[in-house]
Amino acid sequence: MSDAAYNLKTDRTILNFGPQHPATHGTLRLVLELDGEVVVSAEPHIGYLHSGFEKLGEYKTYNQWVTLSDRMNYLSPLCNNIGFAQAVEKLIGMEIPERAKYVRVILAEMSRIADHMVWLGTHALDIGAFTAFLYGFQARELLYVIFEHTTGARLTTSYTRVGGLFRDVPHDFKEMTYNFLNYFPGVLKELHGLLTRNRIWVDRTRNIGYLSREDAIELGVTGPTLRGSGVEYDVRRNFPYLIYDRLDFDVPVCDDGDVYSRYLVRMEEVAQSMKIIKQCIDDLPDGPVSFFDQKFALPEKEKVYDTIEGLIHHFKNIMPGHGFEVPKADIYDATEAPNGELGFYLVGDGSHKAYRLRVRPPSFVNFSCFPHISKGAMVSDVVAILGSLNVIAGELDR
Amino acid sequence: MIKVKKLTAPDLNWSEKAYLPNIFKGMGITLRHMPKKKFTVQYPEEKWVPRPGYRGAHRLNKDEQGRIKCVACEMCSAACPSNCIHIIGGVSPWDDREKYPVVFEIDMLRCIYCGMCEEACPREAIELTQIYDFAAYSREELVWDKEKLLAQFEVTKNNDYYETHTPKVVKATAVNPND
Repeated sequence: MSDAAYNLKTDRTILNFGPQHPATHGTLRLVLELDGEVVVSAEPHIGYLHSGFEKLGEYKTYNQWVTLSDRMNYLSPLCNNIGFAQAVEKLIGMEIPERAKYVRVILAEMSRIADHMVWLGTHALDIGAFTAFLYGFQARELLYVIFEHTTGARLTTSYTRVGGLFRDVPHDFKEMTYNFLNYFPGVLKELHGLLTRNRIWVDRTRNIGYLSREDAIELGVTGPTLRGSGVEYDVRRNFPYLIYDRLDFDVPVCDDGDVYSRYLVRMEEVAQSMKIIKQCIDDLPDGPVSFFDQKFALPEKEKVYDTIEGLIHHFKNIMPGHGFEVPKADIYDATEAPNGELGFYLVGDGSHKAYRLRVRPPSFVNFSCFPHISKGAMVSDVVAILGSLNVIAGELDR
Repeated sequence: MIKVKKLTAPDLNWSEKAYLPNIFKGMGITLRHMPKKKFTVQYPEEKWVPRPGYRGAHRLNKDEQGRIKCVACEMCSAACPSNCIHIIGGVSPWDDREKYPVVFEIDMLRCIYCGMCEEACPREAIELTQIYDFAAYSREELVWDKEKLLAQFEVTKNNDYYETHTPKVVKATAVNPND
């Protein structure tokens, strides 16, 4: 290009990307400032899906709020259920039964796989690869059948309660899980076959949306986005919870920091999740799934029907203004959700409701790096970068 | 043992860089899927049968004599996170209990189907059934009263609502993607 043409004065274009755009996955709005086809700056506008979950936490009892946590990250509701229940249990200082821990780990890893399958499908769909979407969703459907049988609902699972689980897993849970574990490696192989060494996919994702190691740490991103930039941080490894310290698995890390490296990390995480599920389902212990101390959890139904003590505890737990009480203290507790560190900050005021409930959603923090990494990208790459972060609007706006 | 696994992006060889061979490889994967059984359910004609334990529409249970089991203790409406259960209790006409519900309404549009009412009920009176398709044309129709909820008990007591109400059903256990 000659210098004269290069120095030609041009106007910048402001482009509204969303809130109703098929590639934004939820009601996100980006205001892009464009110089030709190059992004000069990108400004995310959030809040379109604000639903006041944190405020509602001050009005609902702890167990009632579990139903709201489903609706935060709607691709992996079980991870939210588990994260929240664990924070309250830590605040009370309660140890849950061994079987509940195993079941929680299995279900958390299953929803990680389901989340990553949706992520891969929609991300590839945005870039133009339709087939991966269909195969990923078919695999996810099998997981959702397991969730439906276990929890009673596909999406609004509400499976955990403070002190354990709401009910035991079905009698053929092991069989269903093994069925899935036999089926899924084939799907993963097919997805790798469709995308990993595909020139079009590589051209669209390599060296796009570069996030350096230092910037990733400074911006506070977590999860596959951080590990895709080469930082070895995983809550499961650095601050083990449940039974993760007893398990044998790898935390994948890739140094490149681009969209492709986030793709590699997520695909490897799926394989590692299967390894975790295999280990847990092999030695799933028997026993209760809830902490039947009648002060905190509802007693078994037989006790309620047959004994007066059971009935009293049952009423005492449910009656408005009674419930179980948590100590006057505050706590921050985090779990590794599919998108990163999902933390809950709880302030208990000695009553049966939280004084303040604050969520540290991974999507919100990860999204804050978007203006930084999309600077200088082409308009068509904005979709690829946005897809690689896997921003969930329900969690972003809470 | 939790270890760290370093991943590196693969370098493409000449045949992968040439686009075409890999496109045929991808098409081969798609072709292998073509003779497989259809995975989707043709919804209004075929219906998915959820298992017992699925959290669908509510019902009010009856005892052996056909009377309502509910004693209007209002535990379900206290446990409900979405405040969709409305109960007015009255003096029971029977000798074995003191109260019974004169009005028992559930707003099916407010309900989030969490199952906490079922969990809270001390008399096994309220239960969630497997019914998931109960759309209606107005909001009023979806505020279910006592009679409607008791009628639900009659159609679902054998757990075969979908088997008896649809021409063709898909059992959850029949889904096997390896076919």
